[in-house]
Amino acid sequence: MSLLDYFRSSKSKTATVAKERLQILVAHERYYRDKPSYLPQLQEELMQVIRKYVQVDQDAISVKFEQDESQETLELNIVLPDSQAARSSQQDTVRAL
Amino acid sequence: MARIIVVTSGKGGVGKTTTSAAIAMGLAKRGHKTAVIDFDVGLRNLDLIMGCERRVVYDFVNVINGEANLNQALIRDKNCNQLYILPASQTRDKDALNLEGVGRVLEELSRDFKYIVCDSPAGIEKGANLAMYYADDAFVVTNPEVSSVRDSDRMLGILASKSRRAELNMEPIKEYLLLTRYDPDRVESGEMLSLDDVQEILSLHLLGVIPESKAVLNASNSGIPVILDEKSDAGQAYADVVARYLGEKRPLRFIDSKKGFLRKLFGGK
Repeated sequence: MSLLDYFRSSKSKTATVAKERLQILVAHERYYRDKPSYLPQLQEELMQVIRKYVQVDQDAISVKFEQDESQETLELNIVLPDSQAARSSQQDTVRAL
Repeated sequence: MARIIVVTSGKGGVGKTTTSAAIAMGLAKRGHKTAVIDFDVGLRNLDLIMGCERRVVYDFVNVINGEANLNQALIRDKNCNQLYILPASQTRDKDALNLEGVGRVLEELSRDFKYIVCDSPAGIEKGANLAMYYADDAFVVTNPEVSSVRDSDRMLGILASKSRRAELNMEPIKEYLLLTRYDPDRVESGEMLSLDDVQEILSLHLLGVIPESKAVLNASNSGIPVILDEKSDAGQAYADVVARYLGEKRPLRFIDSKKGFLRKLFGGK
């Protein structure tokens, strides 16, 4: 290690920062890329319907969209509160498209 | 049947037109009859880079509208008789190009040409979509810089979903990476994304790395595609790109730092 290396390593390299930022961003953008554009609205409306009957939190509902060559699967997962049901979780899978 | 190549990037100013001019000239110089089309309607510039701006009479939109035939609009390059340029129109009408018309022109060109290079405008709007819609191969021009890499990735998503090949469930467009304006010195000092960094994110088939080079501005000043500057680093790098595209094996050049002596003395790699 030379004298110059000592000064150089005191600053974090901007290229490394760039790469890390890009990796996170690109992964995020790819995740949403191939999904139907109606997904966020569908999630929102499902929320409203479910909340008419069961009081659940926003994060108790997750909508997962998966795609393979032969089919597209829309999976809706609702975690019901303990008092409402003996089982804490009830899963419902909707096949769409 | 011609092979249709789109030169695309999403982001502007990364070197699409420079690349289109260079590879079209490179393919033509190799003896393949090549046409290069400017899809940037309203902001045509390929004619300037190719040095034929004063010979434009009819353009792409005239041909689509039936106001001129292809032979009237195609400009034969003054340096290579295997190369023809189809300039964009300067109209401000955004809808001057349409899918059907572009398809018709490409089909007519396909009968006579071996390669058709489509110089895409920046952005992801109509012009860019039309430029890539009929493509067989895509040259994704990327700078080692965050916004360019991100836009390239975005473009890859569009190539995979909104092209003719995607819509007809054909074999997908072949995507190649062309990393341009690369500065090995800045890469070595950790100030610029390296080829490996970019490939870790995009992982495309690499066609070549074009170094940041004074030759590029000199070439555009004179209206001569940089590939004809055979002594320049960028010119040679583009010649390698064309050779690789045609299936030859060429080692990568111009990716190592030139700052040898001092750096070694002070302990750099």
